[in-house]
Amino acid sequence: MSKFKDIHVIDMDTIDISNLNRQFLFRKSDVGKYKAEVAAKFVEQRVKGVKITAHNKRIQDFDDEFYKQFQLVICGLDSIEARRWINAMLVSIAEESEDPDGVKPLIDGGTEGFKGQARVIFPSFTSCIECQLDMHAPRAAVPLCTIASIPRQPEHCIEWAHVIAWEQEKPFPKLDKDDPEHVTWIYQKALKRAEEFNIPGITYSLTQGTIKNIIPAIASTNAIIAAACCNEAFKIATTTATCLGFENNYMMYSGNDSIYTYTFKHEKKDDCPVCGREARPLEVDPNMALQDLLDSLAVRPEAQLKKPSIRAEGKTLYMQVPQSLEQQTRPNLSKSLKDLGLENGQEVVVTDPAFPLEFNFYLRFKAESS
Amino acid sequence: MTDILAQQTPLSLLGPSDKEKKYDRQLRLWAAEGQAALESANILLINSGPGTAGVETLKNLVLPGIGKFTIADSATVQDEDLGVNFFLDESCLGKPRARCCTELLLELNPEVEGVWTSKDPASLQELLDSPEVFTMVMYSLPLHPGMLEAIEAYGRQHRTPLVAIHSVGFYSYFRITLPGTFPIVDTHPDETATTDLRLLAPWPELSQFAREMTKDIDNLDHHDHGHIPMVVILLHYLDIWKQQHDGAYPLSYSEKTAFRQMVADAMRRDNPEGGEENFEEAVAAVMKHVNLPQVPSSLTEVFEYDHKDEQQAKSSFWIIAEAMKQFYAEHQRLPVAGGLPDMKAESSVYIKLQNIYKDKARQDANDVLARVRKLPGGENVDLVEVELFCKNARFIKLINTRTETPLSLEQIIERELSNDNTAAVVGPEMPFSLIPIYLALSVLSHNPMASADEITAAVCAMAPALKGNERLTQVAQELSRAAGGELHNISAVTGGMVAQEVIKIITKQYVPIDNTCIFDGVESRCQVLRL
Repeated sequence: MSKFKDIHVIDMDTIDISNLNRQFLFRKSDVGKYKAEVAAKFVEQRVKGVKITAHNKRIQDFDDEFYKQFQLVICGLDSIEARRWINAMLVSIAEESEDPDGVKPLIDGGTEGFKGQARVIFPSFTSCIECQLDMHAPRAAVPLCTIASIPRQPEHCIEWAHVIAWEQEKPFPKLDKDDPEHVTWIYQKALKRAEEFNIPGITYSLTQGTIKNIIPAIASTNAIIAAACCNEAFKIATTTATCLGFENNYMMYSGNDSIYTYTFKHEKKDDCPVCGREARPLEVDPNMALQDLLDSLAVRPEAQLKKPSIRAEGKTLYMQVPQSLEQQTRPNLSKSLKDLGLENGQEVVVTDPAFPLEFNFYLRFKAESS
Repeated sequence: MTDILAQQTPLSLLGPSDKEKKYDRQLRLWAAEGQAALESANILLINSGPGTAGVETLKNLVLPGIGKFTIADSATVQDEDLGVNFFLDESCLGKPRARCCTELLLELNPEVEGVWTSKDPASLQELLDSPEVFTMVMYSLPLHPGMLEAIEAYGRQHRTPLVAIHSVGFYSYFRITLPGTFPIVDTHPDETATTDLRLLAPWPELSQFAREMTKDIDNLDHHDHGHIPMVVILLHYLDIWKQQHDGAYPLSYSEKTAFRQMVADAMRRDNPEGGEENFEEAVAAVMKHVNLPQVPSSLTEVFEYDHKDEQQAKSSFWIIAEAMKQFYAEHQRLPVAGGLPDMKAESSVYIKLQNIYKDKARQDANDVLARVRKLPGGENVDLVEVELFCKNARFIKLINTRTETPLSLEQIIERELSNDNTAAVVGPEMPFSLIPIYLALSVLSHNPMASADEITAAVCAMAPALKGNERLTQVAQELSRAAGGELHNISAVTGGMVAQEVIKIITKQYVPIDNTCIFDGVESRCQVLRL
């Protein structure tokens, strides 16, 4: 409605019935079709003079040459991993580019229930998604021993059915969390386990919510955030008013208790692994095994890397791929950092297949515990 | 055979219905009760001007399944409408705008009913006089003064909440007029805030349970010691603390710090793990949960509320509030909320402890219910409602309460400008007031095409303190540039915010604004003021 004439939309998902409570471009008869395609067609039909190209693909299926054709990118992604990927892509395009056209403003929106946020990033110039990563700390996982032997909450029973019972019994060849039969199997297993331990509160809805990590979503919040993002795009394209970006760059919205917005400037980090130039400190115990260090990378708020490979100057410590290298480096996992010859202050490079970049850290040894 | 089996399957074991699947993502927010309230709501939108914000609001209400809506709008679709209203297309040109928007909105959700009227203002009176009962009435500004009076009169007569919406250029505001004090029980506080452990006021069953578990605490094996629930650990060491301090609890910050150290020192470190998770949980809980239970000011306001409106006092909320007040007067504490957060413990021990809290909560709720029954009108109050009231007592809120001496607009402006003086010194941490936007927009309610100078002059006539205010000048320029036009994005943000508020009022869940929200699309922020 702001008169942008040429829009591309990328979405690999197909329409689920649960999208209809907030998606004004989809109808019941569209369930099962590609979201990008249906949305593009509907808007082209309703609004005259706009060309919308749909891509029923993952954002990672496209390379830098593809992304270079755009003036700005808006994302409404459902995971932090996907946000980090597109962010890294746009930062690398901006850094390689000789002229200002290489800087593609990134506008990001997200919602949860009555809350949401909209932020604007000028890649390589202002605080990027990686700089802001610690604002989305991963939720603490329930220890496996609780799930396996001392459940107390309905969610513990559901996780038991989902992880342990499913592995043992393999009722279907592959778990499909959208298949009601599969969810029902988990639900009934969880219900039985909960009865054994006298734990109340297992429902189908809770089962589905727990295994799929469902986030509540409503039309009104999505309207607020989507329109706030479009408003920023409009201001950037027309320069009719100051956009978010160089001063304030982040708007948080909460509608739970009255309405509260907090619009502020998130500062760029010099040691951001994506847009900064400096290596970051990684606090470690020299006696910890390499495996423990790698595991910790998944949960450290500043890293959140699930499949890390790691190397130090001159030596490969552990590589996930290729297989031959994985086998060669696997024995290192049980060795301590000290035994691997790593020193306080030494730089290490971590890579992860989910991100098109390298993370530079330097080791900072904790004082040895006595 | 399979038929019989299917019939025997209890309802809970069947998957969700199609409707539950469609509304799954919102049922997780407002549950079946909230959804039922939405589905029985009937909303009237009186549209004027470009009317985009109103239609965008309806979109956000049709999708989640509001019962019925009516659009009253006398406009005929023009070319310029197509540029700002997504619920119109080329085929609508020359047709009644109310009808076209209604039809395209209805496509979004077949379960919603929608009707329209496009006759002149006189027909609005007819609509308001009809037997149809509207749950809420929304209207977009600017509006003919006669129509505005008719709507306000309707709101007063039928005790119907009203929402005024005004969106021009990069700015907007909306204002909610509620018919009286609006209490909310189901406020959905953050889960972390709701824990109510009563560590400093344990009841006999709880104390007994804790003593039983800890009577031989030093001789427990590592496994048992490492699985004492943190609530029991804290109760045990609070007992010891009391013995050492003439029966007094640790209440001051320094006492609590010392108590925390006492708990930390009791952790075993000679086990294979070199520490204990349950003791770590106990240490972490000291500052937050070793507290005397208090009555929050929001609940005091409920207890001390002076009813001027007898009709209102007869509602079940106020009957339960009266019973709760009696409960508090007698017991000098609020009913136990009943929830227990997860903590390291053996399953059976945790469940026992959970039941001790639940039983106490049930007992307290029954105590309150017995008092409710003795009050006039209390015989019809539902236990479920009493239980929810008890569970949420600390988070109950009153919106739109009358004050003896409400601030005049002038006083509010003065306060806002004085805050601005502070903001100028503090810097970006404290944003400037958005009241100039509200004042400038309210000028446009009477004179939609006012020039920047006319807007500034009219605002300064209302609020002389704003003379020479730079931000007022900027707002006036933007509004006159827009010449009454809406920017789709601003109206879409506004429509989203209004819809959230309408949902909160209809479902009586979460906390609605009190009472005006101003949005600044240049700075991308809003401010809520009571005006």
